[in-house]
Amino acid sequence: MSENMQEKWLILTLVGADQPGIVANLTRILFGAGAELGEAAMLRLGNQFAIMLMVRAAGSPETVMGLLESVRAQFDLKLHIDETDAALHEKREPDVLVTVHGADRAGIVADVAGALVEAGFNILDLRSDVGGSTTSPIYIMQIEGEARQGLDKIEQAVSSLNQQGLSVRAVPLDTVRG
Amino acid sequence: MAALDILTYPDERLKTTCDAVDQFDAALREFIEHLQETCSGGPGAVGIAAPQVGDLRRICIVDATRAKRPVDNHGPLVLINPEITAWDGFAVGREGCLSVPDYTGKVIRAERIELKAQDPFGKSLRFTMHGFEARIAQHEVDHLDGILFLDRLVSRHADLQLRKK
Ligand SMILES: [Zn+2]
Repeated sequence: MSENMQEKWLILTLVGADQPGIVANLTRILFGAGAELGEAAMLRLGNQFAIMLMVRAAGSPETVMGLLESVRAQFDLKLHIDETDAALHEKREPDVLVTVHGADRAGIVADVAGALVEAGFNILDLRSDVGGSTTSPIYIMQIEGEARQGLDKIEQAVSSLNQQGLSVRAVPLDTVRG
Repeated sequence: MAALDILTYPDERLKTTCDAVDQFDAALREFIEHLQETCSGGPGAVGIAAPQVGDLRRICIVDATRAKRPVDNHGPLVLINPEITAWDGFAVGREGCLSVPDYTGKVIRAERIELKAQDPFGKSLRFTMHGFEARIAQHEVDHLDGILFLDRLVSRHADLQLRKK
């Protein structure tokens, strides 16, 4: 166990056409190899399924690559493994939610992210979707993060983005801890 | 006076329905002082409930004056035998818990509540609360019924704009 404690977290990235069974098969193999799972984010993007997963105590990146070869082949996944300095229990708490919607156009993410970073915003979680139809798409984005220079700065950035024809709102997030 | 040890998940005592207080004596008020001390020592805490320190009685503290940003509030409150008697509206908000370190999640709560309780001397209290303070009260009363915010999590992508003014 103490040996495991010293082993670094690997971050696995897996991408493949979305189909049932990817998560179950992947995690069963890792569990069988005695791996410890940390934080993970898994979601459907387009028609693909993307997995980002912290894994420890399953051996070197090469070992894990070999371990997952069967599931990789079965689901035709792209698999990437990085050894990192990642650690658990280092969460940061978002204090602002920024939501954006507008007609889909090039540069929307870059414009919003650029304006926010200038205002001292640190992105912790970003989720964006394209809704509407093929002929008139709608872009929707939800970003949670930290307003490191205060909410006023963010609100200024938001109002100048609104003048550029986007619908952007910043909502403070207050956490009840009790 | 000293801060008490805080029980953490998955301690079974956090899942227990607590008993009503019927003795409003000096011992009760001494316990409350310890509970207050524990709440002010908890990082970012705006409330605490007795079962979180292993005392299975219906006692809690609701203190919206400790919110990071100022919110409407009734001051630091000690609530004995609190009971929510009316609920109105709903809002998604973020919660954490002294008994669940290093995790916050989204929970739906009533936006406005009416609450009755007793003070440390047994006197009746009545409050109408909304927003942040109402959320704290609902979180703490849940503790007295053995319920954690983990039992009420909604999608992490639930829209916080559902909250009303
Ligand atoms: Zn709690």
